[in-house]
Amino acid sequence: MSARSPSPSQFRPKAGIDQSILENNKALLAEVDRRKFLRGSLSLGALTMLTGCDVTSQDTVQAALRAVSSFNDRVQALMFRPDHLAPTYSEAEVVKPPRFNAYYGVEDVDRVDGAKWKLELAGRIADKQPWTVERFYTLPEQEWIIRHICVEGWDYIGQWSGVNLRHFLERVGADLKAKYVAFKCADDYSGSIDMATALHPQTILATKYARQPIADPFGFPLRLRTATKLGFKNPKWITAIEVTNTYPGGYWEDRGFNWFAGI
Amino acid sequence: MTTGSSSARRKLLHPLPLRIMHWINALAMILMIGSGWKIYNDEVLFGWLHFPEWMTVGGEAQGALQWHFFAMWVLMANGLVYIAYGLITGRFRRKLFPIRPREVLAEIGEALRFRLSHQDITRYNAVQKLLYTGIILVIVIQVLSGWAVWKPIQLSGLSSLFFGFQGSRLVHFIGMAAIVGFIVVHVALALIVPKTIGAMITGGPRVDATPDGPPGAAPPETAH
Repeated sequence: MSARSPSPSQFRPKAGIDQSILENNKALLAEVDRRKFLRGSLSLGALTMLTGCDVTSQDTVQAALRAVSSFNDRVQALMFRPDHLAPTYSEAEVVKPPRFNAYYGVEDVDRVDGAKWKLELAGRIADKQPWTVERFYTLPEQEWIIRHICVEGWDYIGQWSGVNLRHFLERVGADLKAKYVAFKCADDYSGSIDMATALHPQTILATKYARQPIADPFGFPLRLRTATKLGFKNPKWITAIEVTNTYPGGYWEDRGFNWFAGI
Repeated sequence: MTTGSSSARRKLLHPLPLRIMHWINALAMILMIGSGWKIYNDEVLFGWLHFPEWMTVGGEAQGALQWHFFAMWVLMANGLVYIAYGLITGRFRRKLFPIRPREVLAEIGEALRFRLSHQDITRYNAVQKLLYTGIILVIVIQVLSGWAVWKPIQLSGLSSLFFGFQGSRLVHFIGMAAIVGFIVVHVALALIVPKTIGAMITGGPRVDATPDGPPGAAPPETAH
C-alpha cells in the first residue's frame, strides 16, 4: 500500500509485463477443448448434487463464468441509453458526509497534498500537459444530486460538482471514438469505463461535495462521479487519465467483478 | 386403425421437454438462491438475518455475483421456453385451470386433516393448481424485480414500479422467500408421494393428451 512505484510514469507497468491477458487467453483456449468443456459441464451438474463441494476454483468453470461476465458487459453496453438521465434529488435529501468505501479501511487513507498533486494525461489525448489543482479549478463546474449505488447493495444521495468529463475530454483533445477511459489513483486503485458512459451528461470529474471541496477520505482533490455505474466504478484521488482502445481493467474488475457495472 | 394409434394419442404425464425444463429450472434456481444469499450477506436487509456461508454459492462476493449473473440467463431462457411450451401445447390450460376457490378451501381442510389423496398423480388438485400457478407468477415477478435491482437507472420505469432501488431489493428478497417456501412444501410433498419424483424423471404414466378434454372427466375411450 505505502510502497510507491519508482516508475516516472503512472502507466508504466509496475511489475513487468502484465501476464493477465495471456492467462485469460490460456483459459479461453482450454475452454475450446471439447473434452475439457464436457468435463466442466459434468462438474457443474455435480455442484447441485453435492452441496458444499466447491468447484468454483476450477479453471474451466472460472473461464466460463468470466466469459458470461464479458457477455454481460456487451448486454449492458447495448442497454445503455446515452441521453437517459438518472433521477436527481433535492438538496434536502443529500447525505453529509458521503459514505466512505475503498479496498482498505478508512484508517489507512493517505491524504493527497494538493500543492504537489498533478493530473497526468496519457493515450489518445492531443494535449497531455499535466493539470495542477489551481488550473483544474478554473474549469467550468456543474452539479448533480444523484444516487450512489454500491455493488454491495447500499446507497445514498450525494451532491457532487466538478467538470463534465465530456467537456474535459473535448478540451484536451481526446479521441472520443476510443473505447475506454482509464483512471489511476494515488492509492494504487485503478479503474476504467466505456466511452459512452464517459460522455454521459451526468459523468463528472468531481472536485466538490455539498458545495465544499471534497474532503478526506472521499478523494481530494479529484474523483470520478458517474450516475450510471456502481460505486466502485468511481475512482477517488485520481492522478492520471488515459484514453485507450486497449482494455484497461481495474482493481476490482481484475478480481472478478463485472467490468461494465452499469445500473 | 391399429393399436399404434392409441399409444400415439396417449402421452406421458410429463413429456421429455417438460422434464428437462423442470430440472434445468431446479438447478438454475438453486444457483440463484445460493449466490443470492451470498450477495445479500454483504449488505443485509435485516440485521438478524445472515445466511450461513456454507449454504451460499460462489465463495467470495465476486464469485457469487458471477454465478448469479450466469444462472439468471439459464433461468430466464428456460422459463421463457417453459411458458411458451405451456401455452402452445395447452398444458397450462389442461393441468392448471380452472382453479376453483371452493375446491381450494375444501382441499386445504382435507390436507390439514391428513385426508388429502395423492393416489392419482395425473391430475392436480386445486391446491396444487394454485401453488403451481402462483409460483410461476412469483418467478416472473422475481425476474422483473431482479432486473430492477440490476438496472435502476436504465430501467428506471421498472425500478419505480418496485419503489426504487431499495424497494426492488426488498421485493427481490420477498420473492426469494416465497420461492424457498414453495421449494420446502414442494419437496416435502414429493417425498411423501415418492412416485411423483419418479414421474418427473421417467415421465410417469401415459395419459390422454386431448387438450380440450373437460377437466375432471374420465379419459375418453380410444380405438383398440
